[in-house]
Formats: sequence, C-alpha cells, structure tokens
Amino acid sequence: MLSLLLIVVAVVFAFQAIRARGLIASALWLAGVSALTALVLYLYGAHQVAVIELSVGTGLVTVLFVLAINIAGDNPMAAGWVVSRPLAIGVSLLFVLVLGWFVLSALPAPAAASPAATVFDEVFWQERGLDVLVQVVLIFSGVLGFLGLLAEAKAPLGGSLAESVTSGRDLELKALEEQLLEGQEPQEPQESQE
Amino acid sequence: MNLSPFTIALIGVVGLLGVGFYGLLVSRNLIKVVVCLQILAKAALLALVAAGQAAGQIDLGQSLALTVIVADTIVAVMGIALGVQIRRRTGTLDVRKLSSLKG
Repeated sequence: MLSLLLIVVAVVFAFQAIRARGLIASALWLAGVSALTALVLYLYGAHQVAVIELSVGTGLVTVLFVLAINIAGDNPMAAGWVVSRPLAIGVSLLFVLVLGWFVLSALPAPAAASPAATVFDEVFWQERGLDVLVQVVLIFSGVLGFLGLLAEAKAPLGGSLAESVTSGRDLELKALEEQLLEGQEPQEPQESQE
Repeated sequence: MNLSPFTIALIGVVGLLGVGFYGLLVSRNLIKVVVCLQILAKAALLALVAAGQAAGQIDLGQSLALTVIVADTIVAVMGIALGVQIRRRTGTLDVRKLSSLKG
C-alpha cells in the first residue's frame, strides 16, 4: 500500500508540474516526481536504478532546468492553450481509459518467486553490452549539447556583433580611400544614431 | 480489493502517461514541454522495472531502465539547450509564436 500511496502522490506532483505557472516551480514539482519514482523503484527491488534515478533525475536534471531557466528567464505567458482545454482533457481521458483497459485487462499471472539467477553487473556489462555502447554515445552527444548551451552564455551574440561592427568600419575606410584617391577632402563620417 | 504490486505500478504508469500526454497537449512553453517529456519517461521507467519484477528478471529490467535514464537525461539536456538558444534568437519560448510553417 505504501507503493500505491507514493505512486498516487507522484501522479499528483506530475499534474502540479504541468499546472504551475512559473518554470522554477514546475522544475521543482518534477524533481518531486523523480524522487517519488526513485522510492517506488527501490520498493520494487531495483536498488541500483533507484539510486541513479535519485541522483540523475532529481539532482542533475533539476540543476540543468534551473540553470536554463536562469539563462532564458521565467517570464509568465499570457493565457491560452495550444489545444482547447476541453479537447485536451477529453483526448487525455480517452487515452488513459483505453490504455488502462488494454493494460489492466491483460494482466499476466504473477510470476512464481524465482530466485535471482543473474547479477545486475553481469546483465548490464555482458548481456546488454550494446546498450552500454549506445549510452556512451548518448552521453557524448549530451555533453556536446551542453557545451553548446554554455558557449553563448559566455559571450551572447558576441561574434555576430563584432562582425557587423568590423564590416561597417571596413566600408567607411574604403569610402575614405576612394575619396582620397579622387583628391577630394574627406568628409567626417556620419555617426549612426543606433 | 487486493492489488498486486504489478497492478499498482501499472496504475501509476497509466496515470503518469495520461498526465504527460495532457501536458504535451496544453503546454505552450518549450521548457514545460521538456518537463512533460520527462514525466512520460518516468512512466516508461516504472513500467520497465515493474515488468522486470513481475517476470522475475529484475536485473534485466534494471539494465533497460538504466538505458532509459541515460536517454531521458540526454533528451532533457538537448531540449533545454534548444530552448535556451531559441529564446536567445527569437525572444520567446511560446510554441505558438514559433510555428513558422503555417500553410
């Protein structure tokens, strides 16, 4: 019954994460969902995954969300929906009912208590070796993506602004050169108002 | 009413999937869309572990769940990075204002 309570609270937290107006509040509700999911996983016997979910899902992802919201700003949006609210509620309820009926009506008989013939390390490193390779590639691409996120935070729009100033100065110098070659008195360059 | 642990987990999976799906339908903020994707990934995680436990192969379930956690985190990182860059270039995170492919 403890797992049922935790799961119900996790669903409520997930709903609050969607309803929250501020993005920081939304990220914190999501961290609550992750923590409760980790607890449920621990109760189901998945101890290693529970610890990883708690550290990565609750810790790292929340920190990333807060960092991104700090950079992008937490501006509340005007009221409005992508899809009209009654339609969204109706479609979601239909989805839940159909999925619930399919899943719960075809429940398998509970498995006999079989002894754990394998160890997590064996399964993870040997049987699922390809998954580990895919994870390494994913982590590499994620690090590159995060570097891309931070790259412009250090110098926002610095490159393009410098380029525009340099090209403007080049044009002014070229005009001055032409005027000097034609033997005219160089005019004072007009300062732009921008 | 005596619910088995597997049934309880499936109830949570369906609930989380429903909430995440609803959030994807109504959210206009790009960062919030990533939050909804995270909720959907939590449902998948719970389903894998519950299925592994019900089948008596919790280690296989854990191994697959670990892959889902890694993929889920990378999706979050890339989504957040895209959101921040879009905010810098367009000044908004509103998906309705970003839809430039209207017919």
